[in-house]
Amino acid sequence: MKKTIMGNHAVSYGVRASEAKVISAYPITPQTHVVELLSEMCANGEIDAKFIKVESEHSAMAACVGASAAGSRAFTATSSQGLLLMTEMLHWAVGSRLPIVLANINRAIGPPWSIWTDQNDSLSMRDVGWVQIYCESNQETQDTIPQAFKIAEQLQLPVMLVLDAFFLSHTYEIVDILEAEEVRDFLPPYKPEIKLDVNEPHSFGNLASPDYYMELRYMIEEAMGEARELIKKTGKEFGERFGREYGLVHPYRCDDAETILVCSGTVASTVRAVIDQMREEGIKIGSLKMRVFRPFPFEEVREILGSAKKVAVLDRNISFGGHGIFFQEVKSALYGFTDIPVVGYILGLGGRDVTPEVLREVADKAINDKNPETYINWIGVKK
Amino acid sequence: MKEARISTEELMGSGHLACQGCGATQAMRLALKALGRQTVLVIPACCWSVIDGSFPHSAVDLPIFHTAFETAAVTASGVKAGLQMRGDTETTVVAWAGDGGTYDIGLQALSGAAERNEDIIYVCYDNEAYMNTGIQRSSSTPVGAWTTTTPVTNYKKRPKKNMIDIMAAHSIPYVATTSVAYPEDLVNKFKKAREIKGTRYIQIMAPCPTGWKLDPKLTIWIARRAVTTKVYPMIEVTENGEKISVFKDFEPTPFNEYIKAQGRFRHLSDEEIGKMEKGVEISWNKLLAKEKMLASIPAMDTQTG
Repeated sequence: MKKTIMGNHAVSYGVRASEAKVISAYPITPQTHVVELLSEMCANGEIDAKFIKVESEHSAMAACVGASAAGSRAFTATSSQGLLLMTEMLHWAVGSRLPIVLANINRAIGPPWSIWTDQNDSLSMRDVGWVQIYCESNQETQDTIPQAFKIAEQLQLPVMLVLDAFFLSHTYEIVDILEAEEVRDFLPPYKPEIKLDVNEPHSFGNLASPDYYMELRYMIEEAMGEARELIKKTGKEFGERFGREYGLVHPYRCDDAETILVCSGTVASTVRAVIDQMREEGIKIGSLKMRVFRPFPFEEVREILGSAKKVAVLDRNISFGGHGIFFQEVKSALYGFTDIPVVGYILGLGGRDVTPEVLREVADKAINDKNPETYINWIGVKK
Repeated sequence: MKEARISTEELMGSGHLACQGCGATQAMRLALKALGRQTVLVIPACCWSVIDGSFPHSAVDLPIFHTAFETAAVTASGVKAGLQMRGDTETTVVAWAGDGGTYDIGLQALSGAAERNEDIIYVCYDNEAYMNTGIQRSSSTPVGAWTTTTPVTNYKKRPKKNMIDIMAAHSIPYVATTSVAYPEDLVNKFKKAREIKGTRYIQIMAPCPTGWKLDPKLTIWIARRAVTTKVYPMIEVTENGEKISVFKDFEPTPFNEYIKAQGRFRHLSDEEIGKMEKGVEISWNKLLAKEKMLASIPAMDTQTG
């Protein structure tokens, strides 16, 4: 059944189709609609889940950690300050190897207060050990939730979905709604072998001496390594069942492109429109949308960008004193494989519009600047 | 005091990592005798995160989830929900925290869980300071005490926080204090709590010889003196905070003796000890007055629906 719904509700429908059993959340703009609809679904029996209405995001993640450790499928959603408050428990979920799914609506961090989008909240969690998937449309958002649970439960690692505040969270699009009955074969009920169980008592997370800690960390990295193939396989299997396939990255008109714009989130759709326009003018340009940020798709990035003459990375985020975060990652992925120039552009922070005009400016700059002296360029800053 | 039948089964082993004379260890051992095998423990950062032993060993023959410092109550709420949703409605979920994890850093999550009346037993084993990190003051540390962050030249000037009133104010079905020196009382209260639905809060006086500067062989003696000097009353708050019953079946013992046995109070003058004793007496009288006052008022039904 097709419905016109907002991005936030696409998350809720994805959770409904995935039959999450414990949901715990705390309100924050612009995430709130996700859990409002879920609490309604719980109340009217559309979904058989227990909703724990906690007193903070830190507690929301702690409740998910407890529920998941007890063997139930757990979900939460948050934004910005909420994600930051959760940080400690995000680590706890990883160390405990719990397949929790979280939807983070990208919102700029205060102060000053801002409710509008940028990626600094989720990207400041890049080293925590969550798989991170950046969504571009409402359909993709809904479809990614059951995939996220499937990936998480196979890896025993948590997965974070990321979507732009307002540009996606509050935008209405037509979505082919998934029903639990049709998803169940793709995503069977969660039945973990190891869980809190009085019939098989174990102590989870107790003191690990230096003799053990490092191996446990190595195993997390191993799981992240496996995630690359698994995400592709899962996206393909989803495509076979539902007709919509997903991967690690999404290249667009890259085959003969001399310049490639690397982007993520909703900016990617605007980028494609600009590329079409420039292609009509005979300019050899393409784009690479990063759907998955962790694990970083090194191979795909090297393969697709390796044939270009110049790479421009668009960052809706900034690591102060260290450039844009996608820029750093792309550059490190290419190191030793190619010496083409990679230039970074910081734009759209705190929800500033990234219009086709802005993107055209970036593309022209990237093409025309023959010897870029700075590898970090701020776009549209009023001076 | 009502006699208790105390199980001879030991769910806690002897290979734990506690200090000599540890009150928290006795607290766990006795509580588990009342709770039995169908129990899951959630332990935040506290002495017990060490006492349990290091991977791959555990001193307790029950499922344990070690969690972050401030999250005992809410992690336990999550565990309960997770068990329920996979069909296990019978297992008792127990959050087992120290006073730092309860009075201080874990208070917000505990208040949230109690307000929602989560179906968990929350236990605070109270040794009146951050003992695991090396004896720093908590808001449970009593007035007058030395700790490594309240040196003798600037000892603790503020009174111990009244957690019992805070918990009772949440209208939860059961709030109690007990002591490792009264095993029958402790076991009876845990057995009673196990049969109640909703949030149950039990606080156990569990002396720490290391932190109190006390001869380790005196743990039980000092815990008993805490009750008989009225410093640490053993009480029960029932009917969603509407009724209090205070344990009074003891021969009072001198306050001075309790204080003088502990090195953490060694710096205090007789005058200062006298002031503290007056404070204890006033608190005790207020408690008895409250017990009497609440007994004369019919309990309110705080639950709707």
